[in-house]
Amino acid sequence: MKIVIIDYGSGNVQSVQFSLQRLGYTASLSANKNEIKSADRVIFPGVGHAQMAMNNLEKNDLVELIANLSQPVLGICLGMQLMCNQTEEGDVKGLGIFDAKVKKFQDLKVPQIGWNTLSSSSDKYHNNYVYMIHSFYAEICEQTQASCTYGLNYSAVLQKDNFMAFQFHPEKSSRYGAKLINEFITQK
Amino acid sequence: MVCKRIIPCLDIKDGRCVKGTNFVDLKDAGDPIALAKFYSDNGADELVFLDITATEQGRDTLYDLVYEVAKVIDIPFTVGGGISNPRVVEELLKRGADKVSVNSSAFKNPSLITELSKNFGAQCIVVAIDAKLIDDQWMVHLVGGKQATQTTLYDWALKAQNLGAGELLFTSMNNDGTKNGFANDALLHLNSILNIPVIASGGAGSMTHFVEAFTKGKTDAALAASVFHFNEIDIAQLKNFLQEHNINIRPIYND
Repeated sequence: MKIVIIDYGSGNVQSVQFSLQRLGYTASLSANKNEIKSADRVIFPGVGHAQMAMNNLEKNDLVELIANLSQPVLGICLGMQLMCNQTEEGDVKGLGIFDAKVKKFQDLKVPQIGWNTLSSSSDKYHNNYVYMIHSFYAEICEQTQASCTYGLNYSAVLQKDNFMAFQFHPEKSSRYGAKLINEFITQK
Repeated sequence: MVCKRIIPCLDIKDGRCVKGTNFVDLKDAGDPIALAKFYSDNGADELVFLDITATEQGRDTLYDLVYEVAKVIDIPFTVGGGISNPRVVEELLKRGADKVSVNSSAFKNPSLITELSKNFGAQCIVVAIDAKLIDDQWMVHLVGGKQATQTTLYDWALKAQNLGAGELLFTSMNNDGTKNGFANDALLHLNSILNIPVIASGGAGSMTHFVEAFTKGKTDAALAASVFHFNEIDIAQLKNFLQEHNINIRPIYND
C-alpha cells in the first residue's frame, strides 16, 4: 500500500503522518506529480489561508492533477475547502470536486475551536465527536455525508466518487478519528 | 454545538514537567511524554505545553519534545513559552504542534501577532495573558507575572484579537495556585467583549470550579495543571460531573 500525503507547504503533514504510523502504515510526503499519481491512497491536508494554499498548489502545478486523481483521495480541513467550488477566503476558486461554496461563519466566535458532534443518516458518522478548528465552512450540498452545527448546519463530511473530505481533523480526533483514517486506507 | 474543553497544562523545564504555585516553587510532576499520552487516552480535549526554560539550548530540547509528543497523542496541543519569532513557530508546527501561544513577546511587539496569523493562520495563534487584579483593575503582567504593565487585560485582549489572535488564554495571577476557583467575573467580561474563544486558567481546585467557569464565566475552555497532575481531579469523573450539570462536553470513551 503506497500512501502519499501531499506536501505543498500548507499542511499539518507531520500529525497526519504520525497518525498513519500509529495505525501501522508508512506514508510519504511529496509534492511530486508522479509520486502522487502512482499512490494507492492520497491525503490532501491543509491549514492556514486558502489564498496562500491555492498559490502553493499552483506553484507545484497540482491543481489539475488532484482534481483528476482516480484513486481514493482524502481531503482534510482546508484541503476539503479547496476541493469545493469556491471559497470566500481570499475569494479563491477551488478544485470544483464538490458542489459547495465555502463561507465565513457570521456572528459567532471564530475560529470554531473544539469538539463537535456529527449528524448523519449513516451510523458510521452519526453522534460521533470530532475536533474542528476553522473559520470558514462548506455549505450543505448534494455530496454532504455528515453535517455539524455551529450556529448553522454545514458539511463535515463530503464524498463524491473516489473523493472524500473531512472538515474536522481525523488525526486529532482521538480513537474515532483514527478509525476513520483506517477505514479510508483499508477501503476496497 | 461545539463542546466546552478541558485542557491539562504541562509546564516544561529542560524537557521535564514541572508546576509552580503562584509561578514559583517548582515541583517535578513527571515525564511530559508519558503524561501527554495518559491525558490523550483519558479524556483530555487538548493539551498545552508551556516551556519555561527559554534558552537557546532549551529550545532544541523543546523541539525534540514536541516531535515525540505529536508521535504518541491524537488530540490537539499548543506550545508556548518565550516564542518571539516566526521561525520558531514554523519549527514547532512542523514537528506536529497544532497551535502556539505567545505572551510577553507579543505584548512588546504586537505586530508579531499579525505576522504569525498571516503566515500560519489565526487558528493556530493563541495569545496568552497573565493579569492581576490591582485596585479593581485587571492589569497585564509580563515575563511569567514578574513585570507589571500599565495596560488592562481587556484593552490588550481586544487589541490582540484585532491583530489576528485566534484564541485567548487568560491566567488570573490572583487565582493561580489558590485552588479557590477561576476568575469568573473577568472571564465573563472577556467573553462578552471578544469574538474569539477564551481559555480560562488559574484557580482550579474542585470539579465545581470547572462548572462555574463554564456557567458563570461562560468560558469556552478551562485549563489546569496540578489538580490533574497530582490526580486530585480525575478527568473522567470531571466530565461526568460536568454532564450532570448540563455542560456540553465530549464524553470519554468507554471502550
